[in-house]
Amino acid sequence: MSYAGTPGLVEEKVAYDETTLVVDPARLVEACEHLRDEEGFCFLSDLSSVDYAGWGEEPVAGYWGGAGGRDLNQPGTWGLARKPAPKRKRFAVNLHLLCVRSGAREARRVRVQVWVDDGEQIPSVVSVWPTADWLEREVWDMMGIRFSGHPDLTRILMDDDWEGFPLRKDYPIGGEPVRFSGEE
Amino acid sequence: MAIAPEKRKSPIYEGSRIPQPIPSVLQVPEALRRSDDILEVNFGPNHPSTHGVLRLIVELDGEKVVGLRAVVGYLHTGFEKSMESKTWWKAIPFAPRMDYLAFQANELAFVLAIEKLLGIEVPPKATWMRMLLTELNRIHSHLVWLGTSALELGAISPFWYTFRERDRVLDLFEMVAGTRMHTRYFQVGGLAEDIPRGFFDECRKFCEIMPGAVDEYEQLLTYNEIWLKRTKGVGLLSADDALALGQSGPVLRGSGVDWDLRRAQPYLAYDQVDFDVPVYYNGDVWDRYKVHMDEMRESTRIVSQALEGMPGGAWIADDRKVVLPPREELHTSMETLIHHFKLVTEGFRVPEGEVYLAIESPRGEFGCYLCSDGGPKPWRVRFRTPSFIALQATATLVRDGLVADMIAAVGSLDTVMGECDR
Repeated sequence: MSYAGTPGLVEEKVAYDETTLVVDPARLVEACEHLRDEEGFCFLSDLSSVDYAGWGEEPVAGYWGGAGGRDLNQPGTWGLARKPAPKRKRFAVNLHLLCVRSGAREARRVRVQVWVDDGEQIPSVVSVWPTADWLEREVWDMMGIRFSGHPDLTRILMDDDWEGFPLRKDYPIGGEPVRFSGEE
Repeated sequence: MAIAPEKRKSPIYEGSRIPQPIPSVLQVPEALRRSDDILEVNFGPNHPSTHGVLRLIVELDGEKVVGLRAVVGYLHTGFEKSMESKTWWKAIPFAPRMDYLAFQANELAFVLAIEKLLGIEVPPKATWMRMLLTELNRIHSHLVWLGTSALELGAISPFWYTFRERDRVLDLFEMVAGTRMHTRYFQVGGLAEDIPRGFFDECRKFCEIMPGAVDEYEQLLTYNEIWLKRTKGVGLLSADDALALGQSGPVLRGSGVDWDLRRAQPYLAYDQVDFDVPVYYNGDVWDRYKVHMDEMRESTRIVSQALEGMPGGAWIADDRKVVLPPREELHTSMETLIHHFKLVTEGFRVPEGEVYLAIESPRGEFGCYLCSDGGPKPWRVRFRTPSFIALQATATLVRDGLVADMIAAVGSLDTVMGECDR
């Protein structure tokens, strides 16, 4: 099955039996409306993001030391089997769509992927699927990617006054200050 | 036993009730706000009826809910971040710990996703045992849901009945894995250990008593007048709104959408067993309750069939690059010792790529997105948790309802806050 008619389509690829449509961020809403109305993807399963900072460089997955932070994982023998293929930009936002039809015996899925760099914005898809409301807030909270046109883009899991975006690779694990009872 | 519900002639309600412009927040109309009769009540963050730490800021006009905002995140513990710093197989225990009710379903999704990236073949015995255990886990989750949500509406007796059977399920888990909860029994490639002797007999006994036990709960509740009054026509959600809000599992099936991932995209051995998908059409709390009751019966049917159809043979794949070698070989084979050492210290490498794998957990679509750079640790782990999505529907469910009905409506979403906040 081909999704060649999707507006703003940059690339269509199939890996692990999953179709990924890389879409131009500027035309994301248009593409989503097309997929919902013409292709039947009425259900937004998931909207999440990946930070590819340090992808394919020496340090291992999980912790990418930065800004003089601690290096928790000295690579040692943990090097990569081979360098992974370079990515388009730093962040990928993935929308996992599902075609739900009552009584159906097939589950058609597609992944819509948009690429952004730090500071760039993505148009919000809350108008297409209301589910995106909290999912986009979580991406903003955890990765620091802004969605233009979101009605209420505030932090959701972390405190309102939290600094930094925890799921970014340059944010260290255990990096938050811990107060012990003996200290002032 | 179960009578097929009639399809509705008319929609549950006309149009959409999803609040605008923010789908998850019910805002008080400006004219009403100026009337000075609005009372703002803080519900939580620690209230017995909220299954964990959920906070609802409710605005009331008399007893009517006119404004609502759900605040989550109190149980955020950074599961996804922590898993990035563990090797693949050391990250497995994290997955079940998000949810104290559906732990095996969460573990299964994570393990299946790793196996999809690895392309490893799992022996049939392990596949069937996984199916058996996740169905027992579904019964376990539904039992706790039933007991606690009835308790919230003032029915104390069902709680004791459901916990009686819940304990029997936990006994079965203990027999298999040694622990009652968070079993970590699913290993990449199969099961962590062989099925213990005597398990099938005990499980058969459970399958015999379970249908009668569900009848017992139904006698206590289904046509109980108070229960009917508290749940019929309360917390309405139409099929279109449910889909737009991403609802899945019992909530979606209670709104009349015949959708179950076990049938639509059969994973494990669900295409080899016979089961029905219960669907109800009124989209209220009572219908969601009925879906849960029928699902417990269907899960018992699947468990019985899994006991009969359980194939013999190996319980874990024979792949020395991924699976721990047999213990007894360690003393005699140098090769085995090296494999063991490498797997425990460095872990196995997972090919580069990204996958999204979803299963039908007791609460609905539980998705696991994995991204690997080819190394021994995950680059990114992401869980699509049904509780997080379900709570977005709170504002739609309680729109113009009474504050007492809010308890029934929120309870019927069957959310676990640990899973919601991760």
